[in-house]
Amino acid sequence: MLEDKDRIFQNLYGDNGIDVESSKLRGDWVDTKEICSKGKNWIIDEIKSSELRGRGGAGFPTGLKWSFAPKEITKPHYLVINADESEPGTCKDRDILRFEPQKLIEGCLIASYAVGAHKCYIYIRGEYFNEGQNLQKSINEAYEKKLIGKNACGTGWDLDIYIHYGAGAYICGEETALLESIEGNKGQPRLKPPFPALIGLYGCPTIVNNVETIAVVPTILRKGAKWFAGLGRPKNTGTKIFCISGNVNKPCNVEEEMGVSLKELIEKHAGGVVGGWENLKAVIPGGSSMPMLPKETCDTIKMDFDSLVEQKSGLGTAGIIVINQDQDIIACMARIARFYKHESCGQCTPCREGSGWMWRMLERMKNNEASREEIEMLEDVTKQIEGHTICAFGEGSSWPVQGLLRHFKKEIIKRNNFNPLVNTNKNIPYLVDQHLLDKENA
Amino acid sequence: MSIKKISKYQPEKFEFNENNLKISKEIISKYPEGKQKSAVMSLLYLVQNQNQNWIPLAAMKYIAKLLHMPYIKVYEVATFYSMYNLTPVGKYFYQVCTTTPCMLRGAYKLVEACKEKISKNENEISEDGNCSWVEVECLGACVNAPMIQINENYYEDLSKDKLLKIIDETKNGKQPKPGSYKGRFNSAPETERTTLNNLKNA
Repeated sequence: MLEDKDRIFQNLYGDNGIDVESSKLRGDWVDTKEICSKGKNWIIDEIKSSELRGRGGAGFPTGLKWSFAPKEITKPHYLVINADESEPGTCKDRDILRFEPQKLIEGCLIASYAVGAHKCYIYIRGEYFNEGQNLQKSINEAYEKKLIGKNACGTGWDLDIYIHYGAGAYICGEETALLESIEGNKGQPRLKPPFPALIGLYGCPTIVNNVETIAVVPTILRKGAKWFAGLGRPKNTGTKIFCISGNVNKPCNVEEEMGVSLKELIEKHAGGVVGGWENLKAVIPGGSSMPMLPKETCDTIKMDFDSLVEQKSGLGTAGIIVINQDQDIIACMARIARFYKHESCGQCTPCREGSGWMWRMLERMKNNEASREEIEMLEDVTKQIEGHTICAFGEGSSWPVQGLLRHFKKEIIKRNNFNPLVNTNKNIPYLVDQHLLDKENA
Repeated sequence: MSIKKISKYQPEKFEFNENNLKISKEIISKYPEGKQKSAVMSLLYLVQNQNQNWIPLAAMKYIAKLLHMPYIKVYEVATFYSMYNLTPVGKYFYQVCTTTPCMLRGAYKLVEACKEKISKNENEISEDGNCSWVEVECLGACVNAPMIQINENYYEDLSKDKLLKIIDETKNGKQPKPGSYKGRFNSAPETERTTLNNLKNA
């Protein structure tokens, strides 16, 4: 188990104050000026060699992303922090905003300096209104103490930080949709390329990073890339906040080393599965977009990017949703499918229509009303969505359904054996979209 | 995609009051010159603030003029995002999260409580005119499930009984205390936490 001294977020549970003075005791803002004086290249190289990967879901190497920002500054550069945390099962950024705001603000300064940005926007989901207000207070305090603003922290760099509130759209967590949203449009993702690092906010070079990614940067630079890279294993380094929710005895957030075993997280930190480990049915390891793992895999799996990819899943945001035998697994996935149906932005047809299809089919399967053919059809629908959309929402909505079919197909088949009358009696007129008659699904 | 309905009742005119006009200028100044359109989301929140938590069409037209952008663009934004209420809601606006992590811990029991005490259907204002409720997607407090949001505050670790009491309080016009209803400390484990036991600032 990770020792407390190696935990980056010492105030994860909010035991101590969040003002600058208390944060300094935890090591924030101590030698920011010295760090920046080592130069942009040093910062980017250090982050590169720490092998920090983005904590927002995709796991893109952060140092590499920063190095994409143009070196010659012809247009203003922007840094945008993605605090639009909406992935079901994930609530880590909320705790950083609430209890470690100075880590985030200091990270903003260092990252802005490294990518050449003078303006930083923090995009917070609208529901986190109180968290946003607290963050604004922390930002104001940092301005007063001259930690940001003109000649921030004595580094000679000017930085302004602004908060922009979202308004309840999951899709705005996608980086280009987020930029659209800041520009005052509907949050619909843009085609990539061009990537935001070259053409982003207001057509200017923009680096978009998750809250947790930015908040760990100052500690990495302070303790050294070697320290960070020494935790976990190569390409999957450092620590990570895991959010353990669902059918566990003590749901909680906990910061652990990358590559910690799933069983340890659940048994040790979250007080075990309700009804005991044997009562476990499946675990969604990385927020609702990631395919679930059956119990056999959960016994041995290590929680890092590459081990989970080997199991055809992913670490995502590390929001662990535990589902035990008392739950109806199809109902759980039907609810997730409803989430995606509700949150699809409506730009690409496969996703807009397909997410509704998947939801309606799963609802029928939950009620044991689906026909035999529909199970194959559902699989086909997921394949039609995946890879045929502008953004990764298509994958996000179809992967969990694929995961269900991969591991629990037998259960679905057992429960859904409905053979439509039309198969045996050719004289009966059959409505193709019979489900539309059902008012609830319309 | 969600379908949003526009209220049949529409006031004819909307204008910011003096204070909000000042705030709106501050908001616009956060964005680069000529990019004042970016302020549209914040201004819509301001409208909600001033207008009993909902946005009439007149306000959208007003914002369009204020930001020099087409009315349809404001309308697009207001209908796209789920947090803008386009019909009147209760003074206490209950948002019940029922996405899977909350559902696993009994969120639908909370929906039952709302149905019993507030109104039979979503988006219906209760008889006393104080409350209304709606089912929403993940609110991002999954380790404190099941939870609800009333106006801007989170109420966590709920059960049906506890929610019934909260509803009673709001019906009497009292503001219930936000936070965990299990006496739990933020997102730490309920008992015997395994990490960060040394509370000294290290």
